[in-house]
Amino acid sequence: MTAPLPDTTYVSGRGSGSTAIAAAGRPIAGSRRLSLTWVGLVPFFIYTGLFLFLPTLIIVVGSLTTKDGAFTTANFSGIAQSYLVKAFGASITISAASAAIGAIGGALLAYAVATGNPRGILRRTVTSASGVFAQFGGVTLAFAFIATVGYTGVVYLFLKDHGLDFYPKGVWLYDLPGLILIYTYFQIPLMLIVFLPALDGIRPQWREATESLGGGTWHYWRYVAGPLLAPSFLGCTLLLFANSFSAYATAAALITQGGVIVPLQIANLLTSETGRAAPGLAKSLALAMIVVVLVVTTLYTLLQRRTSQWVR
Amino acid sequence: MTRSRRFKLQLFRITIFIVLGAFFLVPIGAMLEFSTRGNAINAPRNLDAWKNIVQTPDLVSAITASLELAVITCLAMLVLLLPTMVWVRLRFPQLNRAIEFICLIPLTVPAIALVVGMVPIYRWININLSDSILTLAFAYLILVLPYSYRALDAGLSAIDLKTLSEAARSLGARWGTVMLRVVVPNMSSAILNASLISVALVLGEFTFANLLAYENLQVAINYVSLVDAGTSIAVAVAALLFAFALLMILSFVGRPPVPVAKAEDADFELGKTVSLSGGLVGRAR
Repeated sequence: MTAPLPDTTYVSGRGSGSTAIAAAGRPIAGSRRLSLTWVGLVPFFIYTGLFLFLPTLIIVVGSLTTKDGAFTTANFSGIAQSYLVKAFGASITISAASAAIGAIGGALLAYAVATGNPRGILRRTVTSASGVFAQFGGVTLAFAFIATVGYTGVVYLFLKDHGLDFYPKGVWLYDLPGLILIYTYFQIPLMLIVFLPALDGIRPQWREATESLGGGTWHYWRYVAGPLLAPSFLGCTLLLFANSFSAYATAAALITQGGVIVPLQIANLLTSETGRAAPGLAKSLALAMIVVVLVVTTLYTLLQRRTSQWVR
Repeated sequence: MTRSRRFKLQLFRITIFIVLGAFFLVPIGAMLEFSTRGNAINAPRNLDAWKNIVQTPDLVSAITASLELAVITCLAMLVLLLPTMVWVRLRFPQLNRAIEFICLIPLTVPAIALVVGMVPIYRWININLSDSILTLAFAYLILVLPYSYRALDAGLSAIDLKTLSEAARSLGARWGTVMLRVVVPNMSSAILNASLISVALVLGEFTFANLLAYENLQVAINYVSLVDAGTSIAVAVAALLFAFALLMILSFVGRPPVPVAKAEDADFELGKTVSLSGGLVGRAR
């Protein structure tokens, strides 16, 4: 660094400098100069307007209009068709099951991490790896499981040679149970990431306090740690639900025929002739998905806010 | 803590780490195993599937396209987002929350839903602008917006932007100079983080490309798998390891010595990001 500059207006300051710069951009009181500072924001708003808000608007408007542009609610009653209701049921089942398994697995992993050395290499590795695995999905993830427990997968073949055939009634990997299994692969790491801060907030003193009052392990979890962690656990489970509810790529790579879950139905409608004949239906399905995810995320945010009252 | 309880806890921890470690690592090992299988039942292991990657023109062009898209998206993200964020902090602090809200919207709108609204827009782009796969960068920029916003936000919060820019301006620097020679060098690790996560996201993207009928890396892998499972899995492993390496650099990236302003919180936590497959708000602030 050079020697301190002489005390001129340049350095003295924050005050004078900022007013001078601000005055350059803002209309001076009494003058009629127009402010042009907002121009700097135009590119951002134009871009997000065109590629974020316009698509959303297209979905909302499209789901409420017929092909000719007249108002209708028929697209939403279209969701009541049995195959779409079934897809929604399957989507909810898969999301709930993979969220529950992921939440329990992730919470156990988080507990195993939280009880270890807070600055240890193990913790750093597990959290970093979770960050990576929670991002993992799509075609590659589907392939990974096909190569593992598919009909020619290494684990399947190994276990079959040793007398354990887990496909006694045919392969379930390409169906709902398979999707649940595969989704847990990104759900568990996500749970670790979102749940670990709450577990870290639990203080050992609380356990000691329970013990000094004569409580055992059961009492501690039932009356102290359990109630404290419950909102966060529930919130994180909801986040996991929304996460698998909106997943498309993995299922698309795994299931090439038919539309077992809602995202696959939307994809079918977008690419098929029937879909082009009824463009409103895909949009109303998309809107329904957005609403579900929005509701679930809002609940998650509310529950997290409750937790943040005592964490740290 | 009693001795028996400590023992039980250790046993529990070891069991969890072994079981989950196997669950996460075996599938990746299995992909490597699968991609080196010979073509017949008892054929010896070989690298034919890996060699086939470069001999499949569709794959090569898709890999090129995806890499180009990654670079374009990354640059566009920096050019659009960074000046806007800087400008908002300096001149429109009251809009800060609004910009954050907009940037985080793509986390709550599933990609598969958003693409429905993108289809008509892309139909227009195909007819009036270009049908090149590189136009996908428009959509990908939306996809990476939340993640890069968070990375850049962490970087900007760590420096005293107002003082730095005023100092530069009072010394006669133009806004371009302020951005390139003051802001950017002071938050290089945040910019690196935002870029790495953008590249990783674009390389793994499937939903938009598939439904807008473009053949990027993931779509090509999916097609090739129908013909030659070994080769497609080999590419998938290669892409995966590449993305893993990027994300691992991201999470382990050291804090660079920044003399002018402290940048201690500038490194981007992966903990704040969520899944590729259409994730949501990471952790509560």
